[in-house]
Amino acid sequence: MDFVAKVTINQTNELNKAEVVYDTEDLNLWYGNKHALKNINLPIYEKEVTAIIGPSGCGKSTYLKTLNRMVELVPNVHTSGVIKYRDRNILDKSFKVEELRTKVGMVFQKPNPFPKSIYDNITYGPKIHGIRNKKILDEIVEKSLRGAAIWDEVKDRLKENAYGLSGGQQQRLCIARALAIEPDVILMDEPTSALDPKSTLKVEELIQDLKNDYSIVIVTHNMQQAARISDRTAFMLNGELIEFKHTNTLFSTPEDKRTEDYITGRFG
Amino acid sequence: MPARELFDLELEEVRDKVIELAKAAREQLEHSVDALYKADVELAQKVIEADTQLDELDLMINESAILLIAKQQPVATDLRKLIVAIRTSTDLERMADNAKNIARSALHLGSDHQLTIHEALADMRDVAFKMIDLAIEAYKEEDIQLAKKLSELDDLIDRMFAQVLEELLHMSATNPQKIQLIMQMAFSARYIERFGDHLTNIAESIMYLVKGENYDLNE
Repeated sequence: MDFVAKVTINQTNELNKAEVVYDTEDLNLWYGNKHALKNINLPIYEKEVTAIIGPSGCGKSTYLKTLNRMVELVPNVHTSGVIKYRDRNILDKSFKVEELRTKVGMVFQKPNPFPKSIYDNITYGPKIHGIRNKKILDEIVEKSLRGAAIWDEVKDRLKENAYGLSGGQQQRLCIARALAIEPDVILMDEPTSALDPKSTLKVEELIQDLKNDYSIVIVTHNMQQAARISDRTAFMLNGELIEFKHTNTLFSTPEDKRTEDYITGRFG
Repeated sequence: MPARELFDLELEEVRDKVIELAKAAREQLEHSVDALYKADVELAQKVIEADTQLDELDLMINESAILLIAKQQPVATDLRKLIVAIRTSTDLERMADNAKNIARSALHLGSDHQLTIHEALADMRDVAFKMIDLAIEAYKEEDIQLAKKLSELDDLIDRMFAQVLEELLHMSATNPQKIQLIMQMAFSARYIERFGDHLTNIAESIMYLVKGENYDLNE
């Protein structure tokens, strides 16, 4: 387009120069013989929402579970490559998984509160980390529940069993539980796929608030959700990272034909 | 069945309607300029009446596109196809309004005006025809090279208009009794010139459709 003037509009494509929280370099992962992640290179930026999308079996949940080493719970898993969290390789044996878990919270597809009171759900993590002082625990409970936008709904029944909450409330409780350990990063594995539309919107709004204080990585099947709430989006296919871009760019002018086919629903 | 086959068919239907509107606008231009040259009041009247159908087609395209956006939540190229259909349809509807205005001028002049219509108007119309045909092809084939040619032709129409305006001004100075009639001719030239501007907008829309970025072809 040499002789034609291109009109540039100030879009939100230019994000602030953010710090890298996680830097993945040449990550490969095998389940036995199955090569599930292939040469993944992907930075996760501080105080942004990074969405990972892709069809079932593409490796997006595996990648997420590698970020907190939960994937090690699967038998016969081995990896190569490096995942740096704040410049330290978490795949290195000397990196204590307990330390990683105090920095990285996780929220799952189905709300999974403990069969305990709302209060005890929140204090479970902090207690494990040695906090016993009742006043401090009270403060953590209020701060976490407020942070997860559920305080007003549960403040008068903190001693009631968490199972009495609705699905959407349970999920926000689980987010509050993740916040209680004051993590640096929150990983979310399809956090709204079991929720009704209204609860979904509440959780999405919550994610927007949370990114002021936390770095968030979210795996989602809902592409509109990725488009709505994330700053950057990674598209994975068959264990490979196909494209990683600012969300506005990926959903308007994807570079790779496979990305275009997937986001426009023509995949397969 | 390939994924989204129905949606693809619906996108094609919208595109076909846009092309139908483009062809109808071309026909309106043809008839209105004919009415002007042949002093055919009846034909001019027909052009004015037919404009309602083009307005309806424009509305139909808009409604179909909006409905598809709501139902299919398109992204990337799919979304641009629908946005461009809406934009293009608006330009085509305005082009048709210009043809209607030429027909109104023909009515003003009446069937017995004793005025020779300047031949440059027919030349301008021919360039506009060429532009419409190119635009339809570029839109159908999503061909940005063809789209870029439209801006060159628009420059040509602009130059032709400037020249005919000067000649008409001169003519009105020497024929003050016919000034009202000569003005209608100048208006008509201006309406044809507007076709070029709308077709340049359409060229920009086609470039947006293909590249996903906005370009200004008037610079």
